[in-house]
Parts: sequence; C-alpha cells; structure tokens
Amino acid sequence: MQEMVIEERRADVPLIISSNRTTERTMDVKVATKNVDAFFGKTQALHGISLDVPRNTVVAIIGPSGCGKSTFLRCLNRMHEVAGGTRTGTIMVDGDDIDHYDPVVLRRRVGMVFQKPNPFPTMSIFDNVAAGLRLNGMVKKNTLSETVERSLRQAALFDEVKDILDRSGVSLSGGQQQRLCIARALAVDPEVILMDEPASALDPIATAKIEELIQALKKNYTIIIVTHNMQQAARVSDETAFFYLGELIEFDETDRLFTSPQKKQTEDYITGRFG
Amino acid sequence: MTTISTHTTILIRERTGGEKSSPPEGVSTGAKHRNANLGDAAFKIVTQIFAFLVFALVFVMAFEMYRGSEDSIKKFGWSFLTNTVWDPVKDEYGALVFIFGTMVSSLLALFLALPLSVGVAIFLSELAPRWLERPVSFVIELLAAIPSIVYGLWGIFVLVPWLRTSVEPALVKNLGFLPFFEGPPYGFGMLAAGIVLAIMVIPIITSISRDVLRAIPMAQREAALALGATRWETTKIVLSDGKSGLLGATLLGLGRAVGETMAVTMVIGNRPEISASLFAPGYTMASVIANEFAEATSELYTSSLIELALLLFVITVLLNGVARIIVWSTTKKFKTV
Repeated sequence: MQEMVIEERRADVPLIISSNRTTERTMDVKVATKNVDAFFGKTQALHGISLDVPRNTVVAIIGPSGCGKSTFLRCLNRMHEVAGGTRTGTIMVDGDDIDHYDPVVLRRRVGMVFQKPNPFPTMSIFDNVAAGLRLNGMVKKNTLSETVERSLRQAALFDEVKDILDRSGVSLSGGQQQRLCIARALAVDPEVILMDEPASALDPIATAKIEELIQALKKNYTIIIVTHNMQQAARVSDETAFFYLGELIEFDETDRLFTSPQKKQTEDYITGRFG
Repeated sequence: MTTISTHTTILIRERTGGEKSSPPEGVSTGAKHRNANLGDAAFKIVTQIFAFLVFALVFVMAFEMYRGSEDSIKKFGWSFLTNTVWDPVKDEYGALVFIFGTMVSSLLALFLALPLSVGVAIFLSELAPRWLERPVSFVIELLAAIPSIVYGLWGIFVLVPWLRTSVEPALVKNLGFLPFFEGPPYGFGMLAAGIVLAIMVIPIITSISRDVLRAIPMAQREAALALGATRWETTKIVLSDGKSGLLGATLLGLGRAVGETMAVTMVIGNRPEISASLFAPGYTMASVIANEFAEATSELYTSSLIELALLLFVITVLLNGVARIIVWSTTKKFKTV
C-alpha cells in the first residue's frame, strides 16, 4: 500500500520535509505551510512553521498557552491580519497561494469555528446557518432551507432544533450553540475547517458530542483543531503537531507522538512536566 | 457590578458592626478605632443624603411645576394640548403650536443628524486606525461642550443668511412643488432650527452609538469575517446586533433636541403658527417659555407657561428614561454573552 502511494505521488506534491519525522510519508496535501513567520507589531509569534496537512484528516495542534497555536490557525484563513498582525512565508491550499486570494473568497473555502460559541444574537437559528449562504448570494427559499437542514444534520443538531428554527440562536445551550456555529461554517461548504479550541467552553457531554462530530466530518472535510486538552487531541486527531514558543517542535502521527515522541520537549509536555 | 458593590457594602457593614458590638480590649487603641469608624459612618450618611437629594430634587421640581400650573390645568384641561390659540390678550392658551414646533424641529434635526452620526460612529468603532480615532472622537465631543448661544449666534450670522440667499431659493426652484418647500425664503424658520439642532445632537448620538458598537464583542465580527463576509457585510451584522442601542442613542439625541432652548429661539423665527413649509417660522415650547416668562402678566398666563414647562419635563424625562434603559440593556446583553 505504502509503495503504491509513492508511485502514484504527483510530482508537484512535495515530500514531507519536516526534519523530525521518523518516516517519510507521502500524501495528498490539502494545506501546506512553508517558513511561516507571524508577528504582532514587533513581537514574533511564529518562527518558520512548515507543516503539511493531508486531505481528509484531522490534525491537532497542541502546546502550552502562548505557544502560537491559535495564531498559526488564524494565519490559515488570514484572520491573523484582521487583528493587525503580519505574516511572511507561504501558505498553500490545494497548491494555491492564499495570498493570491481575496481573503473574503479564501474564508469561504477555509471555514472557522471559534473557542466561544458566537452565534449572531439577532438572528434565528435558521438565519444563523443561512447567514453565510446569503452572503454568497443564495436567496432561493427552498435551496436555502435544504442547505440549512443538511448543515444542521451534519452538525448533529437538526433533531434538537427542527421545531424551533425561528427561535433566537442564543436561546440554545452552550454545546448546541457551538454545534450551530459548526453548522453555520459547514453551510458555505468549505474544504477546510479550522477549530480554535471548540470545546474548551463546554461541559464534558457537549465536548463528547463535538468530538464525535469532528470524527464524522473528516470524511468530507480537512480539519485542523487547536486544543490544549491532550486527551482530546489523542481522541480526535490523526496527526498532531506540538508547538512551543512559536516553533513547531514535532509533527507526527498522533499515536506515535503520544507514545514515542522524538523530542525531549514534546515528551516533557505530554507527560505533564511543564505547560 | 451590582453584586460586587452590594458585597463590599456588606463587608463594610460587617466590619463596622462587628467593632461596634465588641469594642477592642486594647486601652490605647480603642478610642482611636471608634473615632475612625465614626468618621466613616458620618461620611457614608452624608454621601447617602446627597444621593437621596438628587431624587428629591426631581420629585420636588415635578411637584412644584404641577402646583404652578394648576390654574391652567383646571381652566383648559386636556384641551390645552390640542388648542392652537395662544392669545395673552384674550387670556386663552393652547400648546399645540409649540408642541408642533418642538416636534418638527427636533425630528428634522434627527433626520439630518442620524445618518451622519451613525456614519461617524461606524467609522470610529469599525474602520478608523487608532491614531485617527482619538482626535476625531475628541473633536466630536468638543462640539457638545460649545455653549448653545454660540451655535445660535452662528445660526443668525452665518446659517440664516446662507439659507435665505442660497439654499432656500434653490430648494424652491427644484423642489418647490412639495409642501415642505413653499413660501418666501426668510432664512429664519424651521429649517434653520433643524440644522442648528442637528449639529448640536450629533455629538451625543455619535458618542453613544460608538460606545454601543464597541460593546459588541470582537467575536461577532470575527464570526462574520470567517464566513467570508466583506467589511460592509460585517458592519451590517454589527449594526443589527446593536440596533436597539442605536435606537436608544437616537432617543437621547431627540431628548436633547426637544429641550434645547437658546440656539433654537435665535433662529426659528418665534411665530406661533403651524405650517407644513420648513421655511415658515415656528415656535417651540422651550422658546416660548424663555421669551414670554418675564412679560407674563396674568396668573393664567404664568400658569400656562409653567404647564408648558411641565409638559417639556415629562417628555424629556420619558425620552431619556426609555433611551437609557434601551442602551443599558444592549450593552449588558453582550457583556454576559
């Protein structure tokens, strides 16, 4: 199987060059970053991050607070610059440099779910999910409601809200609100979904639901999730990247990273010696 | 906020109460402690009295105005509000002309000021770089500090001549078929009053709208942007989040416009008549009180003027009360989210 993939590898897809890989693997790369530096004013938050995310996988980014993991995530859909940050290096989605995109177009391809559920309070549940579609110019009633229903089903929320679609989005519980935000992100049919600690504000049951959802979504989407919960990373992700002080220390298959980390810092962190 | 402050009060009360009930055994320090507590208690009582006085002032004012206007209320009843005659010679008084003047000039001011104010507020909270935001905010708030007599004077010497020679003739020429732009262009009149008032309410509407928009969490804007919204689409979502707060800001502006006296009196023309034309002179409640109070000879005349004042008082208290509640509820809503 492995050999076959190597033979089929397209010439333009680079090999994984991350030096700390134990084995060189090849894959269909969805998001590729190369030498990404990110700054807030003069403070450098990320130092030369090169990381390739394979298609239809869940990649977890772990690391102590302030290690730059959220900044990295926000670079991927150019939200970093919204808060006044700057960035160098290249980020490619499907081989296209994101700097050549209008950020508005990019963000429709690369969706995002935030740490705190942030539904639009003046909109109904339906309108929240439809918000992105309407921005895209979809106004036909039946296509709208079809897409809304599909997105809510994908977010495992439809059965809970199908009778209250016209109620305000903020009337839902925290976990439901977060799934509503996921449905909202799914509705515009992105290819990549970024999740910035999507369950950190939720109780364990709601968290379990979100994690289940992430597993189900990876069939159709590529998911990059930032979390400071290592168990969560181990449960949901296929690959895990460990960030420390703005640098990518180690990036490997999740099982391997948690069982036999190659770097001392990674080992210290996952065994709870710091962070 | 409230929970914290009650909590501290309880703490303070416990501490003072505790020391009072069991005075310290130490001989030398005991007296000192008690003195310090006495000072605190007196301080608290004095400030409480001051705080209470504010409430008392409002009620006493309302009551006094009611008493002062009893004659007029008894004589005219509700017809005071609907009668258009204001004739000191026949001793017959009705407030409708002034209510009309106040409402039309204020609404005209809002109509002119609202788009500008909200536009500036959006610029300040959503778009302006920090180095520009501060000076613009400062100048806007400075506008509120200019005495109204200055606006009035500017109105008389600059605005009114300009309206008479340029604006009003142009309006008559192009839009003269509308009833709003009929009649001779005096300069003095509703239009002049509306414009001066608009400039005077811009600061209050702008600064409160800006605060309302700022209270809307960054997460809302990020949510919209992350969905692929443009700047303008994001702003639309922010505006819809803050719409009740913006309504509150508007009502506060209206409250300010309704009560404004000096500048309006100087440019509105002060003629008690109702006309659809914005060129025609008008008269507001505040202006008639200011102009005629000194020469009010009969008791009924005085009483009617006081009733006008009472009316103005009730209107502004209601406007401001409702507006404040609306603004509070929006800013609070987002703090708890």
